Amino acid sequence: MGFLDLEGVQKVYGQNTVVQNFNLSIARGEFVSFLGPSGCGKTTTLRMIAGFEVPTAGTIRIDGRDVTDLKPNQRNVGMVFQSYALFPNLTAAENVAFGLRVAGQPREAIRKRVEEMLSIIKLPQLGDRYPYQLSGGQQQRVALARALAVSPAVLLLDEPLSALDAKIRVSLRQEIRSLQRELGITTVYVTHDQEEALSMSDRIVVMSEGRMEQVGTPFDIYNYPATRFVASFVGTLNIMDAKIVDPLSGRLAIDGQEVVSTRGMNGVRAGETRPIALRPEAITIDGGGDDRNRMEGTIEEVAFLGAVVRIRVRFGENAVWLDTFNNPGVAPPARGSKATVSFGRSDLLLLEAEAR
Amino acid sequence: MKSSRFAPWLAIALGAIYFIVPLVATFEFSLRKRRGEYSFDAYAWVFADQRFIESFTYSTVVAIVTIAVGVLLVVPTAYTIRVRLPRLRPVVEFITLMPLVIPAIIIVFGYLRLYNSSSWLPLTSSRRATDLLLVFSYATLALPYMYRAVDTGMRAIDARTLTEAAQSLGASWLTIILRVILPNVRVALLSGAFLTFAIVIGEFTMASLLDRPAFGPYMQNIGANRAYEPSALAVIAFVVTWACMGLIQLFGRGRRFTAIE
Repeated sequence: MGFLDLEGVQKVYGQNTVVQNFNLSIARGEFVSFLGPSGCGKTTTLRMIAGFEVPTAGTIRIDGRDVTDLKPNQRNVGMVFQSYALFPNLTAAENVAFGLRVAGQPREAIRKRVEEMLSIIKLPQLGDRYPYQLSGGQQQRVALARALAVSPAVLLLDEPLSALDAKIRVSLRQEIRSLQRELGITTVYVTHDQEEALSMSDRIVVMSEGRMEQVGTPFDIYNYPATRFVASFVGTLNIMDAKIVDPLSGRLAIDGQEVVSTRGMNGVRAGETRPIALRPEAITIDGGGDDRNRMEGTIEEVAFLGAVVRIRVRFGENAVWLDTFNNPGVAPPARGSKATVSFGRSDLLLLEAEAR
Repeated sequence: MKSSRFAPWLAIALGAIYFIVPLVATFEFSLRKRRGEYSFDAYAWVFADQRFIESFTYSTVVAIVTIAVGVLLVVPTAYTIRVRLPRLRPVVEFITLMPLVIPAIIIVFGYLRLYNSSSWLPLTSSRRATDLLLVFSYATLALPYMYRAVDTGMRAIDARTLTEAAQSLGASWLTIILRVILPNVRVALLSGAFLTFAIVIGEFTMASLLDRPAFGPYMQNIGANRAYEPSALAVIAFVVTWACMGLIQLFGRGRRFTAIE
């Protein structure tokens, strides 16, 4: 049993099952992200943990206590919203103090806690400002401090960085993560941004159409996707058609060029055509070692993105994108020139037939 | 460039003339009571008239009670519809628009049939009960304005998310309404309140047919029997109404809150 347990949790609206058979056990102090596209049920699941939605079936436990039927104000759960949801009539300090006042804490204790929280979020001097006088990033920090001030058992964050610009998003996600580590608070984070989920989480729950597709560490989710949905949703993928030459030895052909995959090929027949996936970062534009697959192709597109040069190499019917670091001493390859690309034998991932 | 600016200014000027000329004319006429010179004699007569004091006081008290009834009725309704029953929103909006569609005279005749002295709820059988009926009538009449003002205020603050934020911090419903919702819809509430006040102060039909000594019937009575005083009363009523509008602006300008997206 974990600190936060969801057992067989389900949510149905009329004929529409939004969350189905959700089972998850989250350890104390763990940071878990729910990742998935819009409408996959991640926010509904979070709202069920918060108590804003009542599960149609299943049980939610926090620290062993069944909270399924408890009201949101009885669960001791802190929530941070995408829209910040700061009380506009209260200053930043009063917002942080709100939960403490509701709990009836002494005035001096509230003052100390508010000061502590404002300094933790690095805004000690902005306590007397109203929300409209703060930037989006500052507002979200205050919202975080407000949620944490009451020392909740679980911290829930519903796409808290979506409304912020890219630069602040990156810095704030690092701050949230280090704050979470420092306080050791059990955290559930909802996002549709894979980079956010991969960079912040201890574990990620990838969701699609109300189902849990895969639960695992960011490393596992990215490198060993369990389903074709996870493979296509997390990270960028090159998908090509490959003809199976010999399933036993893992030989297959892409546009007539033979390569080897050391990943499993159970239930695949020789002569069958199947989609295969290859991550852009697994491909290099040189000959590589003998243990690597090599393919000849033509440079079709070169996009200079600053630190990274994104190159598209066509083999025939199939083409791949690959990323190389910019080297000021070497000019990017010219379009139309011939190139040899290589990739590891374990980098080829065989997908189900309808994956494309 | 000049011609493109001329047209809007012309429109504004025409609009201003349309509204201001009758007002100026009424004001000018109200000053003519003394033959051959301008004076405030008509105003002095009005302010000295006991019936003016009584009817204005009566209407003011009725307006204040109507605002209280309106707030008690509308705030919980608008809040519940926004936060808990958004699907009922079109129904409630339709109901709140009814007083704009049904003329006041129809409503008041309905009341008289329903609450006459021989009915199961004889609200017209005593003066106090009729006063109460008048307050409810005015609350109905002001419903479209009060509901819209409060509902817009709730939409601007995203009442639902604020409620959830407060709930997650341990707040009860009462705490949420008193400490989160009401302070944040204060300006909207004041707008609704002053609009209600302006409507009640000049209302004639309901007060007259329910036979209550309100300011509207008094104005009508003076209008039928005096020459210059009705103009003075019209100007006074106008000033009171505009004072209410000014107060809306004044309070509306108060603290600038962000609309939560």
